[in-house]
Amino acid sequence: MTEAESVRFGPGDKVQVRVATPPTHIRTPVYVQGKTGRVDAVYGAFHNPESRAYGGTGTPKQPLYRIEFAQTDLWDNYRGPADDKLLIDIYQHWLDSAD
Amino acid sequence: MPRPHDRGGWPNEDPIDRTEHEMEEWERRVDSLNSVLGEKGLKNTDQLRRAIESLPLEKYEALSYYEKWTAAMEILLVEQNVMTTEEIDQKMQELERARS
Repeated sequence: MTEAESVRFGPGDKVQVRVATPPTHIRTPVYVQGKTGRVDAVYGAFHNPESRAYGGTGTPKQPLYRIEFAQTDLWDNYRGPADDKLLIDIYQHWLDSAD
Repeated sequence: MPRPHDRGGWPNEDPIDRTEHEMEEWERRVDSLNSVLGEKGLKNTDQLRRAIESLPLEKYEALSYYEKWTAAMEILLVEQNVMTTEEIDQKMQELERARS
């Protein structure tokens, strides 16, 4: 059994994505950083790709979430329908509670 | 400033290129080689992505999809002392000579 970080968030929780652009491999695009969204699904825990990218073990495993954002929160002058959503997978160590 | 692979939201009004092309033989080989290296524990997907992201901007923009994979596999093999850049360059010259 591989060590995993415990799950901090559940469906419906409001979360804010951390802001960081280290020169290393990350899985959190800049356009969602600092933005607030809502947990849509909890997938379970997975090896951390930011460690695996350098030959690391990827442990402790990180819970991975599907986060929902309003497109109008992500883009200035968004031209699509006002209720458009973005669903994106984000690892727990990138998330803070926004409730 | 996001790095070149972190594309979302870069201002650009160009139409999306939706053209398709048949896989060429070399592209199939690159895909196979990638699987072999994975099975031998010489790379994982995260390492490949990290190596692709480390390419300089001009190279990242100029290379096609599987050319990026090739460049990334070279980075990972050299990094793990499986091959040297000199060995790879020498082999490339041999192949060029054989072709001409």
